Amino acid sequence: MNWNNGIQLLIYLIVLVVVVKPLGTFMAYIYEGRPAGVNVWFGSFEKWIYRICGVKDDVGMTWKEYAFALMLFNVLGLIVVYVIQRFQGFLPFNPMGMTAVSPDSSFNTAVSFATNTNWQGYGGESTMSYFTQMLALTVQNFVSAATGMAVLVALIRGFVQKQTKTLGNFWVDLVRTTIYILIPLALVLSLALVWQGVPQTLSSSATATLLQPVKDSAGKPVIEQAIALGPAASQIAIKQLGTNGGGFFNANSAHPYENPTPFTNFLEMLSILLLPAALCYTFGFMVGDRRQGWALLAVMFLILVPCLVWSVCIEQQGNPLFAPLGIDQQAGAFQAGGNMEGKEARLGIVNSSTWSIVTAAASNGSVNAMHDSLMPLGGMLPLWLIQLGEVIFGGVGSGLYGLIAFVIVAVFIAGLMIGRTPEYLGKKIEAFEMKMASLVALIPHVFILIPTALAVMIPAGKAGIANPGPHGFSEILYAFSSAAGNNGSAFAGLSANTPFYNIALALGMFFCRFWLIIPVLAMAGSLASKKIVPVTIGTLPTHTPLFVFFLTMVVLVVGALTFFPALALGPIVEQLMLNGVSI
Amino acid sequence: MTWREQIRPTLMILIVMTVMTGVVYPLLVTGIAQVCFHRQANGSLIYSTNGKIVGSTLIGQSFDDPKYFWGRLSATTPLYNASSSSGSNLGPSNPALLDNIKARIAALKAADPANTGIIPVDLVTASASGLDPHLSIAGAHYQLSRVAWVRKLPEAFVQQIIDQNTTGRFLGVIGEPVVNILAVNLALDQVKRNN
Repeated sequence: MNWNNGIQLLIYLIVLVVVVKPLGTFMAYIYEGRPAGVNVWFGSFEKWIYRICGVKDDVGMTWKEYAFALMLFNVLGLIVVYVIQRFQGFLPFNPMGMTAVSPDSSFNTAVSFATNTNWQGYGGESTMSYFTQMLALTVQNFVSAATGMAVLVALIRGFVQKQTKTLGNFWVDLVRTTIYILIPLALVLSLALVWQGVPQTLSSSATATLLQPVKDSAGKPVIEQAIALGPAASQIAIKQLGTNGGGFFNANSAHPYENPTPFTNFLEMLSILLLPAALCYTFGFMVGDRRQGWALLAVMFLILVPCLVWSVCIEQQGNPLFAPLGIDQQAGAFQAGGNMEGKEARLGIVNSSTWSIVTAAASNGSVNAMHDSLMPLGGMLPLWLIQLGEVIFGGVGSGLYGLIAFVIVAVFIAGLMIGRTPEYLGKKIEAFEMKMASLVALIPHVFILIPTALAVMIPAGKAGIANPGPHGFSEILYAFSSAAGNNGSAFAGLSANTPFYNIALALGMFFCRFWLIIPVLAMAGSLASKKIVPVTIGTLPTHTPLFVFFLTMVVLVVGALTFFPALALGPIVEQLMLNGVSI
Repeated sequence: MTWREQIRPTLMILIVMTVMTGVVYPLLVTGIAQVCFHRQANGSLIYSTNGKIVGSTLIGQSFDDPKYFWGRLSATTPLYNASSSSGSNLGPSNPALLDNIKARIAALKAADPANTGIIPVDLVTASASGLDPHLSIAGAHYQLSRVAWVRKLPEAFVQQIIDQNTTGRFLGVIGEPVVNILAVNLALDQVKRNN
C-alpha cells in the first residue's frame, strides 16, 4: 500500500462519515412525518397517491398485516418483472429488437430484482429491451430498496412504541421512502453521471468504423463496432443508492459507460454505503439515543476498515506467477501496478479493491473489477463479508435490521453471562425475540452451505465451473453466498445462466429475503406490545466501546466459525498453492 | 383491516410506482440529459471530419499493428465487442491466464525486438469490461520507440501526442493517470494525413 492508496481510502471514508448525520436526520424526519422540505412541497401529492390507491394512511398495521401487505406487493412485483421479460419482444422501447428471455432466466431475474439482490444471470446490453430495463428492473431497484427500509422503520417502531399492536403503515413507509428519499437522490446522482459520460438515450446502438479491423471467431474481418447505448444513467444511480447492483451492461460498473471516470467511481462508491451508513443515525435518532446508532456504525467500521486495507495490500502486491515473466507490477507515478487482470486502467488497484469490499459489505453486488480474477485472498474478503450475513452495512434497511438481530443475540449472551434478564433499548428480550433473531442469523447459512455441497456433487452444478482447481469451488461457494446474502456480485466465470443455477439461486434469494423479513417483523410486533423498562444501575449499556467490541466478536464468531472450513477449501488453499506451498 | 382490503392498494401502488420510477423518472433524466449533456448522453462519440462515427472516447478498440499503440487485452468476441462487454474471469492460478500473458509478451517482442524494457502489467492483462479505452502512462511509454520508428516520427513528437491525451488523477488524488489509446492513434493517423 503506497501513500496515494492510503489517501484515496481516507478521503472516501471521511466523506462517508461526514454525510451520515445530515442524511440520517433527514430520513428520521421523513419517517416521523416532521417537515423536512420535500415532504412539505410534495405533501399533497403524497396524499393524492393514497387517495387514488385506496390507502388508509392513518391506520396502523399489526405485524401480520404489515408482512402480508409487503409479501403481496413483492410477489406481485416479481410476477410483473417475469411477464415483462417474457413478452418484451411485443412491447415498445425495444430498438434493438430483443426477444423473450428464457423462462428460467426470467424467473431468476424477477426474484433477483424483487429481493434487492440483482444477481445478473444475463448480459444486460445483449438481453434486455429498454422497456424491460426501465419498467421492470428500474422499478424494482426502487421498490425493493424501499421495502428493506420500510421493514427497518417498522422494527424501530417496535422499540419506540409501547404496549401497542401496530407498527405503522407499510404503504406509507414505502411511498415516503421512494418519493422523498430515493427519487430525489437518484435524480441528482443520475445527472452527475451523465455529465461525466454515462449514456442516457432511448435510441439504438451506435455504429463506429474501426480504425484497425479485427477478426471474428471465424477469422473474417470485422470493420465496424456496434456500441450499445440506452437509458443507463437513470438505472445506475438507483442501482448504487438502493444497494441493488444489477448493471445496465454485462460488465457492470467496470464498463466505461457505467463508470467512465474516477469521479463517477467515487460518487458511485459513496452511494453504495451512503444509505446503509446514514440509516444507523436515523435509527439512533428515532429511538431517542443517537449513541445507539453511532455504536452500530462503529461495529460496521471496525470490520470494514481492516478488510479495505488488507484487500488493497493483497491486490497491490500482484500475482507471484507473473514475476518470472518479466512483468512490472510495481506501483509508481506512471502505473498502478499490482494484479491488473480484470481491472480497469483508470480505476487501478485502490479503487477496484475498495469497491470489491464495499459492494460486498453493503449487499450491493455491483462490481468495477472482475472478482473472479482477484487474488485468492482478495476474492475471499468480499466472499467472507457476504457470509457474515450482510450486516456490515448490508442492504438498505436489511443490513441494519440484520445487525439488530445480532444485537439481540449479543445482549442475550451478555445477559446469560451476568445473570440478568437481557434488555435492549428498554425492551425485555425474551424467548420469542431470541428465536426470531436466531432465525435471522442462521437461515442464510443453511442456504449457502447445503446448495454449495449439492452443486459440487451433481453434473449440472459442476458444468458451470470456469476455472480449474480450488478456484472452481470458490466460484460455486461465492454464487450461493451471494444469493443468500441478497448481494448479487459473482465470480462471474461460473456459467450460471442454466436452469439448475437459475432456479437454485432464485430459491436461495427468495427465502433468504422473505424468511428473514417475516421473523424481523414478528420480533417488531412482539417488541411493540411490551412496556418500556426504566434504565437502572443493572442495565447493560449498549453504546459503550465494550459493547461495540462484544457485538463485533459475536458477528465474527458466528460468521467465521460457520464458513472457515469452506473458505479453507477454496481461496485459502489456492493462495497457498500460488505462494508455492506444495500440497 | 381485512386481508381483502389490501388487494386494491397493492395493485394501485404498484401501478403508481411503476409509472413514477419506471416512466416519469427515466424519461425526465433522459430529457434533461439530452438538453444539458447532449454529447455524453449519446455515448461521447467521436466523429471524423466527414461526419462518420469513428468511435467513442470511452470505448476502446483493438490494435495489434505495430504503427498503433496497443491497449489492454480484451476477453470479448470479437475483441472490444461493445455490444457484449465482459472480463476474462480467469482466476489468478489459472494456466490459461499465463498463456494469454505469454502470447501478448511474444507479440510485443516480435513487433519490437530491440525493446528490452520491463513490460508494464496492464499491457499484458485483460480489462474488466473488455472495452477499456485507457492504458497506464508506463504502458504507453513502453511502446513509444516502436510507434515512432515505424511511423518515422520524432519520439518527442509522439510523446507530445501522448501527453495531449493523458488524463491525470481527479483533483490530483483520485483514480489513476491514464492515456486514451484510441485518441492517440486517431491523432497519429491525422498527422500522416496532414503531411
